[in-house]
Amino acid sequence: MNRYSTILRRCLPRFSSSSACFNSTLVIADHTEEALLPLALRTITAAKQIGNPITCLVAGPKIDAAVETLKKVDDIEKILTVESDQLKGWLPEVMTDVVLNAQKQFNFTHIMSGASSTGKNFAPRLASLLDVSLISDIVGIKNSETFLRTIYAGNATMELKSLDKIKLITVRGTAFDPVSIGSANVAVEKLSIEANAQENVKWINSELTKSERPELTAASRVVAGGRGMKSGENFKLLYDLADKLNAAVGASRAAVDAGFVSNDLQVGQTGKIVAPELYVAIGISGAIQHLAGMKDSKTIVAINKDPDAPIFQVADLGLVADLFKAVPEINEKIDKYMSK
Amino acid sequence: MSLRILVGCKRVIDYAVKIHVRPDNKGVVTQGVKHSMNPFDEIAVEEAVRMKEKKLASEILAISIGPQASQDTLRTALAMGCDKALHVNVDEKSFETLVPLQVSKILAKVAQQEKIDLVILGKQAIDDDCNATAQMTAALLNWPQATNASKIEPKDDGKVLVTREIDGGLEYVEYKLPLVVSADLRLNEPRYATLPNIMVKKHPLNLLKAKKKPIDKKTPKDLDVDLTPRMEIITVQEPAKREAGTKVADVDELLTKLKEAGRI
Repeated sequence: MNRYSTILRRCLPRFSSSSACFNSTLVIADHTEEALLPLALRTITAAKQIGNPITCLVAGPKIDAAVETLKKVDDIEKILTVESDQLKGWLPEVMTDVVLNAQKQFNFTHIMSGASSTGKNFAPRLASLLDVSLISDIVGIKNSETFLRTIYAGNATMELKSLDKIKLITVRGTAFDPVSIGSANVAVEKLSIEANAQENVKWINSELTKSERPELTAASRVVAGGRGMKSGENFKLLYDLADKLNAAVGASRAAVDAGFVSNDLQVGQTGKIVAPELYVAIGISGAIQHLAGMKDSKTIVAINKDPDAPIFQVADLGLVADLFKAVPEINEKIDKYMSK
Repeated sequence: MSLRILVGCKRVIDYAVKIHVRPDNKGVVTQGVKHSMNPFDEIAVEEAVRMKEKKLASEILAISIGPQASQDTLRTALAMGCDKALHVNVDEKSFETLVPLQVSKILAKVAQQEKIDLVILGKQAIDDDCNATAQMTAALLNWPQATNASKIEPKDDGKVLVTREIDGGLEYVEYKLPLVVSADLRLNEPRYATLPNIMVKKHPLNLLKAKKKPIDKKTPKDLDVDLTPRMEIITVQEPAKREAGTKVADVDELLTKLKEAGRI
């Protein structure tokens, strides 16, 4: 008998209504058709801090890879699965149906998802169908009903107590470490719920940026370029440095708007939020909106020819220099300094 | 296609202002601080106006939910080309705990009353950074939702192809109207948005016209929406300040220091 049913049994005598008798958390696992995403493991850490038994839901067009990884995580009690072609593209109209059906069966008190583009898309839709507020992009947990989130582009932190019966939460991955993958063999239950056919929405396809480098939000090092890079071709300098550091490449909004790199590399209030060990900002002035996306990095390096650029106010190490001289010099010398 | 469009316009502290937390730690200082239309909402308004210019839309209703001063934001929307405006007055106290769920209930009610075909909102407000209102409004109306839109292409058969910005790239989704869209930064470049002064010089007529356009007024009660708080604000704090860093003289010093810190 698994731990989940033990808990269920333990609380049955005290309460007449079985399903609502204890607090329980549902984590909707972020994954692709090929793998579980690190964000899912970070969301589970957040769920652990709430303290309830944790159930994970893996829903998608292909789920085997994600389920295999998740099964080994000691911290969860149970995995629910829904595999359906209708979940291609994780359309929120369909995802919402799936989670609502699961909620009807299990009455979770907390429902959590990573604040990925998928989570941000379906979680609010789900919240209003449950008539609860959404607690979005949390960076901390005080207790099962009190949470921390940032407002005003990270320039203030709000501690709020949710007054809703169900806490629906999206989690900022960079604020929580991932749980480790152990050797558990978590019970898997296939949910016999069909997503409703959607006549008014049709997923056509996606165009994903292919890269050999680490994924931006999960990378331990990030090298980012701004308007000062002057052109897309010049980003080659950054790619070379990123490859030497095994870093992901990011960009400021100015660099994206100027067409130097694609949108999904944007770091900031409206792009990705990152918090790597090392963030190297090159030719980035450091507007409030950019700082919102990277100022929790452990070490920030800025290379900019303008000594008054605001980025130097948050940089641990600043080099006032022409990036077109400094970056090639770094690329040339860095191998000597890198720890093997 | 002759759509009736509803656009949401939130009045927020201007994006360039450095905010300060109030001494009572229950919010940020808003008195005497420059406010503007939420940048994402400017993009939403611009998209609606472009659709009208292309004869895809017949009427654009701009809505703002908030204190009295929200009417300034609606005047801007009217000057940009919206036809009429609705101000849903929420007092300062209720506004502090107003959450997207409540805003979306108001929007959904108005969309039904006004027989709206397309709701366009910004993807997030730059004050609460929630990124939820469009999704919630779509759910309440039981309409599909096209969030983070960077391109909206109406088709002859009444369908709309939307390019969405997602983690890792772009995705293409086809929708049947009615629909709720949320605008990403790259959807368009709003006219006047960055240079409001030029607007006054170049388009004095628009502003004069905007003054004559009607602003209808309602309260959440008129729309039967309950604003009882869904959350209690415990505290609002400024984030921990980073310690001042050091400037290095050259590349060698930079690399040495990074190595000492164990970062490379």
